[in-house]
Amino acid sequence: MSTPAILVENVTVHYGEVLALDAASLSLDTARICGLIGMNGSGKSTLFKVIMGMIKPDAGRVLIHGQSPAKARKEGGIGYVPQSEDVDWQFPLSVRDVVMMGRYGHQGFTRRPSKADRAAVDLALDRVELSEFANRQIGQLSGGQKKRAFVARGIAQGATMMLLDEPFAGVDKRSEATITRLLRELASDGCTILISTHDLHALPQLCDEAVLLMRKVLMHGPPEVVLQPEHLAMAFGLDVLNRDLPEQETANQRRLSKQQDWS
Amino acid sequence: MDLFDIVLEPLSYDFMVRAIITTALAAVVCAVLSCWLVLIGWSLMGDAVSHAVLPGVVLAYIVGAPFALGALVFALIAVTLIGVVRNTSRVKEDAAIGIVFTSLFALGLVLISVTPSQTDLNHIIFGNLLGVSIPDLIQVLVLGVVAFAILILKRRDLTLYAFDPVHAHAIGLSPKRLGALLLGLLALTSVVALQTVGVVLVVAMLIIPGATAYLLTDRFSRMLVIAPVVSAVCSIAGIYLSYYLDTASGAMVVLTQGVVFAAVYLFSPRQGLIGTRLAKARRRKAVALAV
Repeated sequence: MSTPAILVENVTVHYGEVLALDAASLSLDTARICGLIGMNGSGKSTLFKVIMGMIKPDAGRVLIHGQSPAKARKEGGIGYVPQSEDVDWQFPLSVRDVVMMGRYGHQGFTRRPSKADRAAVDLALDRVELSEFANRQIGQLSGGQKKRAFVARGIAQGATMMLLDEPFAGVDKRSEATITRLLRELASDGCTILISTHDLHALPQLCDEAVLLMRKVLMHGPPEVVLQPEHLAMAFGLDVLNRDLPEQETANQRRLSKQQDWS
Repeated sequence: MDLFDIVLEPLSYDFMVRAIITTALAAVVCAVLSCWLVLIGWSLMGDAVSHAVLPGVVLAYIVGAPFALGALVFALIAVTLIGVVRNTSRVKEDAAIGIVFTSLFALGLVLISVTPSQTDLNHIIFGNLLGVSIPDLIQVLVLGVVAFAILILKRRDLTLYAFDPVHAHAIGLSPKRLGALLLGLLALTSVVALQTVGVVLVVAMLIIPGATAYLLTDRFSRMLVIAPVVSAVCSIAGIYLSYYLDTASGAMVVLTQGVVFAAVYLFSPRQGLIGTRLAKARRRKAVALAV
């Protein structure tokens, strides 16, 4: 068996008295796209932080390609696409400046960009189709373009793993499709992708597998299985059955409730 | 008296020359640092650290150590105390900052009141621009150049820290260390600016130039040029004004910076209240003419 890209073993995290992760375990193979589903407060952000090594777990361990997160970070393998609300969009940086930040790990003391760095940035911008917007201030992009700019940063970095926090919040349908296609391409190039999302609609097209999180990993499997209403109900409570579900799932659910009527 | 004389006359006094050099240097270093402070939202922190260094400076004076050392130690104490109060009680950060820096500042005032000194320590509080001695000038020069060099060499890391500390962490840098570096430089810069405008007004030099530049451009690299240039020009203009109007020099420097900020706030073509409207009207006119 090959080494998993991400291995989370029995990780427990407390914030003071509050239990954020309770012996959560997760193993993700290389070049897979995995959707992380859970309510607010289910520990999605905490799990990200543990994988990036920003929080030391109280118990359990995390391995990235068999190495410690610290080593993986040093090698520049971990790319991160922040949630929109965590970014200061007024910050006086151009799209190119932001993408160049992906190269800092490869650069010297003062991070003076080399020819190779510039080439990598141009290539990444081209890949996410933002070349013509390279000199725009980052706040002057649309929701989807903003996300792509940060994905480009990960590409320029040469990340073998990308963590995306709510990439579809504030993104229109067309951009969502563009981002989905882009992530699929990256995965086929060998990049492992973990996405935390509320957007259950996008999951089946996007993800190879899905994880249901509620402080611990309740379920891990193919998205069409994990997304079945009775499974979602475990993580979200019952009201989720009436909203936020893909068409097909709602149909399933109707069938399900009809069956219940008959019985 | 023509313009030439207006410019040259004050320069015939050595103390004016020293004042201008010190101020311009402090203005440049403070302005460069201020670019990060205003973007991270550390203005209050700048206020806090620049006040909290006072007891350190006084103690350093008493034992004959370099001012910068005392200032650094107390900047560190202030930041630690703020963190402790915030994290271990229900008091919020702004209150924690307010409590810590005013208490330390008061401690400094008490120390001054019991310290017999030849040089008036009150000058630390309000600055003593016109009384800058040669050793003062050298100290400011050395500290200023060191702080400036570090800021410029590490500017990209500091900007990354200000913009996205999580990414900094993800690529193996230490946001904690970068934050500490910025705080250390803040303490160092405070000492540089103490000489010129004094503890009370340092914060103006640490905020206004960055804020002014931020209203003028969408590029951080340009902010790093605009802020020090505007700040240096304002400071020198302030000294000349204080010379001819016979007003307090440190205060005049800050006042000039404030006036320039106000003008930019109103008339900046990108962000200004009136400037953006004028630009819109011009565009409309152009469109109307084209039609």
